[in-house]
Amino acid sequence: MRHSAPNSRRRAVAAQRAAGKASAMARGTRRFSPWVESPATDTAKLELLEGFLNRSEIADCTEYALEWLSEYGGLTQALCLARREGETTLAAIGSYGFGPGALSNFTISLEDWRNPLVQILTNRRHTFFPALTASGHERRRRPSTPFEHSAFHVLPLRTSTSEEALGLLLWGGTRRITPEIEWFGTAFALRLAQLLRRLALSEGDRKQEYERSLLRAIVNAVTDPILLTDPEGRMLIANARARTLFVASEEESEGRRGAVGMNNMLLSSALSSKAIEETGAMRRELLLVNPVDGSDLLFELLSTVTEDARYGTGIVSILRNVGDLRRATEQIEENYRKMRLAEMQARAERDRLNLIIDSVADPIIVTDASGSTSLMNDPGERLFATRPGASPAEQRRVQANDAHFSSFVSGMLLSDDERRVGEVNLLDPTTGGLMPFEAIAGKMMTEQGELTAIVSILHDRREALERAALYEQLKQVSDELERKVHAATADIAQQNELLRRQAFELEQASTLKSQFLANMSHEFRTPLNAILGYTSMLQQGVAGPIDAPIKRHLARVASNGQHLLSIINEILDISRIEAGRMPLQVSKFKVPDLVGEVLAELDSIIRRSKLEVVTDVPKDLKPIHSDRQKVKQILLNLLSNAIKFTPQGSVKISVRALRAPKSLSMSVSDTGIGIAQDDHQRIFEDFKQLDNSPTRAYGGTGLGLSICRRLADIIGGAITVRSQVGKGSTFTLTLSHTR
Amino acid sequence: MKKKTRKPIVLLVDDYPDAREMYAEYLEFSGYEIVQAGNGVEAIERAIDSHPDVILMDLSLPVMDGWEATRRLKADDRTKHIPVLAVTGHALTGVSNNAKAAGCDGFITKPCLPEDLVGEIKKALARVDAGDKHRRSGHHAKVKA
Repeated sequence: MRHSAPNSRRRAVAAQRAAGKASAMARGTRRFSPWVESPATDTAKLELLEGFLNRSEIADCTEYALEWLSEYGGLTQALCLARREGETTLAAIGSYGFGPGALSNFTISLEDWRNPLVQILTNRRHTFFPALTASGHERRRRPSTPFEHSAFHVLPLRTSTSEEALGLLLWGGTRRITPEIEWFGTAFALRLAQLLRRLALSEGDRKQEYERSLLRAIVNAVTDPILLTDPEGRMLIANARARTLFVASEEESEGRRGAVGMNNMLLSSALSSKAIEETGAMRRELLLVNPVDGSDLLFELLSTVTEDARYGTGIVSILRNVGDLRRATEQIEENYRKMRLAEMQARAERDRLNLIIDSVADPIIVTDASGSTSLMNDPGERLFATRPGASPAEQRRVQANDAHFSSFVSGMLLSDDERRVGEVNLLDPTTGGLMPFEAIAGKMMTEQGELTAIVSILHDRREALERAALYEQLKQVSDELERKVHAATADIAQQNELLRRQAFELEQASTLKSQFLANMSHEFRTPLNAILGYTSMLQQGVAGPIDAPIKRHLARVASNGQHLLSIINEILDISRIEAGRMPLQVSKFKVPDLVGEVLAELDSIIRRSKLEVVTDVPKDLKPIHSDRQKVKQILLNLLSNAIKFTPQGSVKISVRALRAPKSLSMSVSDTGIGIAQDDHQRIFEDFKQLDNSPTRAYGGTGLGLSICRRLADIIGGAITVRSQVGKGSTFTLTLSHTR
Repeated sequence: MKKKTRKPIVLLVDDYPDAREMYAEYLEFSGYEIVQAGNGVEAIERAIDSHPDVILMDLSLPVMDGWEATRRLKADDRTKHIPVLAVTGHALTGVSNNAKAAGCDGFITKPCLPEDLVGEIKKALARVDAGDKHRRSGHHAKVKA
């Protein structure tokens, strides 16, 4: 059996019905054993009534009734419909002889007045619908039922008191309706009426219970504790929050139970005070213990007395957590304070910023993304804002300025550039004078890259332009000066060039002179070589033995030849020095070795002179840095001079390292003829031998010391002489910077 | 070792006959065999065909000067072992350096007395001998003409 179930209640009824049927059938097979179409006796009627009393469910009862009817009334197929209180449909409450599913969805709307069944419900008349024949002329009045084309009776189920039938019994078949069946109808209607009334009542109870549970849920959902107590403070009803404070089971901890007990005592004493009785409502503070953690909880206790005639007086108490409230209030106050502080800081920041912006002498203008000015400093206002009482001309200038600047900013707005530098020519609003500005604008972006503002700074270019003009003047003056200097320099350069050319010519002349001397020396040497060579060969007797007088003459030829050679060599040396062909060539060398070489080269002369030549050279003398060749030449010259001018006695070479100033001295002393004081300078001049007569006693060219002094100059040294006539001479070469 | 019996051959190069002949006469007198040349080209020819032991080279010469002749002699396998002594009237240091760069083994300034020249030749030949000994001991002996 299946029914449509538009709501849960009907589903419940259907379930009950199914269960009822099962039990009825079980009993039926036991009690109504096989009488077929036996007429209903009084016993059977009694049994029916007894059965009705034992069945309190409508479905159960209906099943039983139909079973009974099949037993005693010859029922083969039936459908029972009933209307419930407050419903607008006629629904099946039981059936007999239909297969499962045959009655599904069978309901009839009571508002459908055209339906014959609904009409029968009102007119309460037994109606018969004969089977549908092919002619179909009865079709008009026939309702749609599970009997389809078959014939069926419709018996209204009604009590004597009711105006309308409670329901309908649809009896399939053409069987006559007997008085027993009519009696059954009345009996069943009575019982059905009872059951329907009871059902309606229980529906009301359920509704009340539902509303009560809703109320409980609401009360429990309230976070404030809510209590109903008797006037002695005993708990009658408590919501969930109140139970945590005032109810503790045996299983809970000692401490929690103690706290709950304490709370109950505190509440009782608060409620028992006279205030309630006097006013009927009370508002006071109540300090309780939190059973969870033992902390204090401050509540505001609101109590109202409820009077009920049946149940007596009760007190409804609502506890509002003042602690939470207070904390919330404090929180709000704190937040407000912080907000104020932040606002003050922001304002201070803004003031400071404004101060900075205003103190900048250059106009600063902040434009928002729509192109309108949102902020500007005082210098900006002077350009772009009209003063109160400004003249029409002044207003026009300000407007012109605004237009100029706006076009600059709009160019910036349209471009993708983050920064822009441009020239904006504005007018002084008061004087109308031109004010050239350099405008530097930058975009301010949000993190999402949206343009929030454009900040523009205008820099007055007048000063820069004036400076440029001044600079231009300065430049002109400077250029003039430069031109003059240039002219002067050109003069000097020309003179320098002249000098340089002269110097070059001199140099060339000098070089030519040196070259000439070198060539001359070569040309002198070639014949001299032959003269000296052949003289020597004659003296050696290569061409045959010679006499003593010839030998003497040959010796004169040889010595004069040698003299000539010396002169040529020395002239060559001087010319080389003067031509700069004897440059300084510094090397590191040991002085004792040098002295040894000089003595070796003059060995033959020394031996011929029969003089005692001694050296005084320290063994630990460190090697010196100087021009070895030139030092050697000087020493050779000084030593040969000493030997030459010393008829007898000794010659001594001394070398000394001097500390301060750091230098080296090399002296050649002799016991010779000496030099007069007056002549100490002259001896260093060219071709100056003291005895210049052709018959002079001493050989030499008179160029030796002159060359020595020149060489000493080149190597940064000096030659000094100490001498007295007849008491010998000491020539000293002093070398500084030998390291 | 040089055979004592054979006279050392000296190639004298000088364009000035008085000087050349004077030295030739003195060197023959002193026991040398003399070959003479008046310019650089002749000097190279004589050096190749007469296998001198030493060459005395004047530097200022016609046709080919002494520097160039020396460079060629020193570049030629047949003659490069022969010591060349520059004998010149140029007394400047630069000249002697140039001569060394050209390959001269010694430098003698004129005027130079004949007996001094002999001393120089002896020294040069002694150096060659010492070099020969050294080369022989090092198995780099070179057969001398």
